[in-house]
Amino acid sequence: MAAPLVRIEGLTVAFDGAPAVRGVDLAVHPGEAVGIVGESGSGKSVTWLAALRLLPAKAAVAGRVLLDGRDLLALPLPEVEAVRGGRIGMIFQDPASALNPVLRIRRQLGEVLARHRGLSGAAIAAEARRLLDLVGIPDAARRLDSYPHEMSGGQNQRVMIAMAIAGQPDLLVADEPTTALDVTIQAQILDLLAALRRELGMALVLISHDLGVVAETCDRVAVMYAGRVVEMGPAEPLFDAPRHPYTRGLLDALPTLDAAERLVAIPGVVPDPRAMPPGCAFAPRCAHAAPVCLGAEPALRATLPGRWSACARPDLDLAAPPPRPPATPAPAAEAVA
Amino acid sequence: MTAPALDLRAVARAYGGGRTLFGARPVVRAVDGVTLALPQGRTLGIVGESGSGKSTLGRLALGLETPDAGHVTAFGAPMPAPGTPAWRALRRRMQMVFQDPLGALDRRIPVADQVAEPLAIHGIGAPAERRARALDALAAVGLSAAQGGRYPHELSGGQRQRVVIARALITDPDVLVCDEPVSALDVSIQAQVVNLLIDLKAARGLAMVFISHDLRVVRQIADRVAVMYLGRIVEEGAAEAVLRDPRHPYTRALVSAAPAPGRHRRERVILSGEPPNPAARPAGCAFHPRCPVAVARCRSEAPALEPAPDGHATACHRVTPAAERAA
Ligand SMILES: Nc1ncnc2c1ncn2[C@@H]1O[C@H](COP(=O)(O)OP(=O)(O)OP(=O)(O)O)[C@@H](O)[C@H]1O
Ligand SMILES: Nc1ncnc2c1ncn2[C@@H]1O[C@H](COP(=O)(O)OP(=O)(O)OP(=O)(O)O)[C@@H](O)[C@H]1O
Ligand SMILES: [Mg+2]
Ligand SMILES: [Mg+2]
Repeated sequence: MAAPLVRIEGLTVAFDGAPAVRGVDLAVHPGEAVGIVGESGSGKSVTWLAALRLLPAKAAVAGRVLLDGRDLLALPLPEVEAVRGGRIGMIFQDPASALNPVLRIRRQLGEVLARHRGLSGAAIAAEARRLLDLVGIPDAARRLDSYPHEMSGGQNQRVMIAMAIAGQPDLLVADEPTTALDVTIQAQILDLLAALRRELGMALVLISHDLGVVAETCDRVAVMYAGRVVEMGPAEPLFDAPRHPYTRGLLDALPTLDAAERLVAIPGVVPDPRAMPPGCAFAPRCAHAAPVCLGAEPALRATLPGRWSACARPDLDLAAPPPRPPATPAPAAEAVA
Repeated sequence: MTAPALDLRAVARAYGGGRTLFGARPVVRAVDGVTLALPQGRTLGIVGESGSGKSTLGRLALGLETPDAGHVTAFGAPMPAPGTPAWRALRRRMQMVFQDPLGALDRRIPVADQVAEPLAIHGIGAPAERRARALDALAAVGLSAAQGGRYPHELSGGQRQRVVIARALITDPDVLVCDEPVSALDVSIQAQVVNLLIDLKAARGLAMVFISHDLRVVRQIADRVAVMYLGRIVEEGAAEAVLRDPRHPYTRALVSAAPAPGRHRRERVILSGEPPNPAARPAGCAFHPRCPVAVARCRSEAPALEPAPDGHATACHRVTPAAERAA
């Protein structure tokens, strides 16, 4: 296989002594689409913010992030800034933080085009319009004059996508890029990303809670829990036959369109990062936990060719959903009453 | 019969107009004549095209914005003007979960204090009690006291979204308008939050408007569903009927495009043509330029939202008229 475009090695991030990312190894090959799914707060966004040096100074970051053999974590900041928006584009999870509320869309897109594509004047205007057309914003010429607050949530999200692909990156890191979009526009954006991958050989890291979108878009998937990758493998077999109980739990929590029935959340809560349980971080919530799970934290190991899982019980049969946990009484209703 | 929690009659709201440096600003008819009722204790799902006016409708429903035309009543009384004492009193009973959590939170204040804030505003409880209730509300959405002590930018996207939900629930409202409340949550936490809302509805008769792009979640939580396209409702009915047997061609496209793992190749109804431009509403049926079954009449005559005898209403010339369906 070709050398990876980006290789993350042993990445750790802590805030005020509380670990948020606890050793992530991940490679993204040229043109490949890698999906990142997992628990809210598991470090999906922080992993890539750290890789691009976008975290506040108080974040303690260690490990290496290699791009063309250069470690982004060790480079002088101006060189990393040239990579951002250039070789690596990023769509941030929060439109509010990525768009400047007091600048028109025209200015914001124009700045990216001037900086990373060296365009000026009329070329900027034409390219900015083309990009808004590409992401399906109707009436692009007029919309360039809008401020972010004059656009709907989904329209702002598409502006951010336009800004992220404006620099024609080799890698696009897209953090929840389609959550505020209805499924027909979502399908259009996913087709656009697929076309960019085909035509420009762009690689894609897609961080998303939408397992359907990830299954449809990505070649490989990494599942994160409590700051680590707990399962990794090709998308189709991973969702068809997960090897880690956390992945199984996610799939079992999916609602269906066919019937309204009570959803199955994974019981329990995520461990406090300052007081991690001994052994596997998922063990306290796992229906399959056994004494072996409480020893050392299981490493990510190859199970089948191309498949990796960090489970101390690699031979578990996870084909069928585990027995349903007893219906949790609704403490919530009392809590807010 | 008790008055509905919310009743919207032919409400409309337009933005824009005037001029800028770059020319005339188009008028966008964000909500263009919508009539809807939310009975007490029920949940109304709102789905539809991005930019079709769902968030605007949510703000109109809670009186955060005043409609240009039409009127809104809450619990049988006209919606008071924003900012008046009557409006503030009503606000305690009616809360909104905004679409953009970071925009809805103050960057300079720890989140637990922001969750407790509505209690302080409405003068409920002593400070210690407010704090305890804030921590309970955070726990209900799966957040710890330590996380409550953090600032918004120190939380992940899904943690912030849950803070906003906790803040909306803390005054124990009778009506909740949720704008994309679970889109940033992993499916397990999403299930937890959806179950929490369903329990509140069962235990306390909470009425909800639930705006979401996730048809599966809407299916789980909503009693009825309204589908919006370019500022208007194009289909409305029982959630099960609309999502199982969608009648409007736009709804059919939506339902067919909903992705799921394990369904490897979507049999999407591909919508041809451009997404609609709200500033230049097509003549006739606004959906006709993208509609796979449009005929000449659709280009000239706007279809009205017509209920069938089963209570399932559709605004489409090509849907079998109610009379024939019954025959
Ligand atoms: N600036 C910060 N200061 C302190 N803690 C932080 C900061 N940024 C993130 N964290 C914490 O780091 C952990 C990982 O956050 P991250 O944003 O990567 O989660 P995520 O996996 O992207 O979750 P989500 O799916 O909810 O977006 C979370 O527990 C979060 O609260
Ligand atoms: N303050 C404003 N000024 C000008 N136009 C606005 C304003 N607020 C909303 N609009 C426009 O009104 C239309 C409806 O917006 P709204 O936010 O209600 O859509 P939505 O259905 O919630 O979309 P999404 O699913 O993307 O959040 C959009 O075309 C939007 O650009
Ligand atoms: Mg995130
Ligand atoms: Mg909206």
